[in-house]
Amino acid sequence: MLDFLVDSWKYEFMRNAIAIGLLVGILCPVVGSYLIVQRMALYGDVIAHAVLPGLSLSFFLGIDIAIGAFISGILGAGTISWIRSQSRVKVDSAMALTFSSFFAVGVILISVLKNNIDLDSFLFGDILGTTTIDIYRTASVTGLILVSVWLFYKELLFYTFDRTGAEAMGLPVKAIHLGFMAAITLTIIASMQAVGVILVISLLVGPALTAYLLVKELHQMMILGAIIGAIASMGGVYASFYFKNIPSGPAIVIVSSGLFVLALLFSPSQGILTQRFRSF
Amino acid sequence: MLEIRQLAVNYRGVHALEQIDFRVEPGELVGLIGPNGAGKSTLLKAMLGLIPTAKGTIKYCNCPLCQHLERVAYVPQRSQVDWDYPITVWNVVMMARTRQLGWLRRPGAAAKAIVHEALDRVGILDLQDRKIGELSGGQQQRVFLARALAQQADLFLFDEPFTGVDKKTEAVLLEVFDELRSAGKILLVSTHEWGRSLDRLDRILLLNQCLIADGSPQQVMTPANLQQAYGVSLHQPINRDAGADLFC
Repeated sequence: MLDFLVDSWKYEFMRNAIAIGLLVGILCPVVGSYLIVQRMALYGDVIAHAVLPGLSLSFFLGIDIAIGAFISGILGAGTISWIRSQSRVKVDSAMALTFSSFFAVGVILISVLKNNIDLDSFLFGDILGTTTIDIYRTASVTGLILVSVWLFYKELLFYTFDRTGAEAMGLPVKAIHLGFMAAITLTIIASMQAVGVILVISLLVGPALTAYLLVKELHQMMILGAIIGAIASMGGVYASFYFKNIPSGPAIVIVSSGLFVLALLFSPSQGILTQRFRSF
Repeated sequence: MLEIRQLAVNYRGVHALEQIDFRVEPGELVGLIGPNGAGKSTLLKAMLGLIPTAKGTIKYCNCPLCQHLERVAYVPQRSQVDWDYPITVWNVVMMARTRQLGWLRRPGAAAKAIVHEALDRVGILDLQDRKIGELSGGQQQRVFLARALAQQADLFLFDEPFTGVDKKTEAVLLEVFDELRSAGKILLVSTHEWGRSLDRLDRILLLNQCLIADGSPQQVMTPANLQQAYGVSLHQPINRDAGADLFC
């Protein structure tokens, strides 16, 4: 059994994939926990789609894709806020329109600018194609976000639980909101290689949601979510290695969703089946 | 002293509040009464800077209130809280110390003692490790009361604290109001509830977009004033049930 796990470590690409898988498996649930408790899960999906025009333009202009993707993602989030502030349009509709439009612009730009982007690997992930630069980028983002969460934990807890109360007490809510948008965008950029933009929402939400069904408090949700995320990532990496036709993104998603279903059914406090057994 | 002068608030294109003028001294328990849409919540939120004001000043001890928000405790309507959030009673109350602790600091023994005392005062110390979603309506209201106490503020704003709470919680709320008032705090309580609790108030501000009356409960709750506020003829004797018809 151990051979099965360890054999592949002789390949550098596999070591890289494991490294980035672990980083992303830990980062996404931490950020995703905040999305879940603020009912903003789909915001992650919107920004993930909104980065595409930026990716294409960065390629074309020869700059780091992270910069273009970041600007594009923030513009997407800003567009939603702007639409809501100027009209009666509700947030879900504004999101739907914004992400589909940005994504379409991205696809058009790719064909018009004739980028050599391997669109499939951005959309669905190509963890086995991870380079050292990808790892440095992801490690920096993970480090930055985890340290920020740790330093500002109590302020972020207050803001995400009771934004009105936090503002009433004088916390800088606008700055915190911008910080969140930036953190989500950076997380998506850091995760593009591993899971791809289409399915990054699953890694953001799945492991943290599984933890939500099992624990009592936010910090526990993040820690357990990180463990589950790491397991899901490793599952996806090994599936990609041993079954060549499976792209890594969907493989990670299947493991993550499978664990969620187990928690949904068997959670000691709120599992569907555990509650049925109790009533016998 | 809390001083509101010439306050006007436009909210989504409507004149939500106009010409609001009043002063509150330390040790006063003031009720905000009025029908739905009268602007009670709007007034509280405008005082905290959560909604922009069109005109007027809001001062506390001669400084703009928005520069001293840590001295103000705000207890929101229960319906506006996310009760599914994964958090314990203890940690909700500990939030009150966020600003006093400052950035980058963790709660120490002093903060823990304050939270402990606040929970004990409102009678939910035994619930400190429970998830907030597991509490009854009255217990939930008491969590937020404890949070307001733990902030050790001088000015307390309560947005409909009596809505949907049990008798025990209502009694705890009224007792805590009395204690805070005796300690020289300023309390503003917006409420839909009439009846016995109105007599405990020092003053009532009767509101419907403008300030219709300002005085003791006996002075304010006259048929003429209520007619102006609620637009309903109230010549029959009012009992609690009839009063309930007026605000849905």
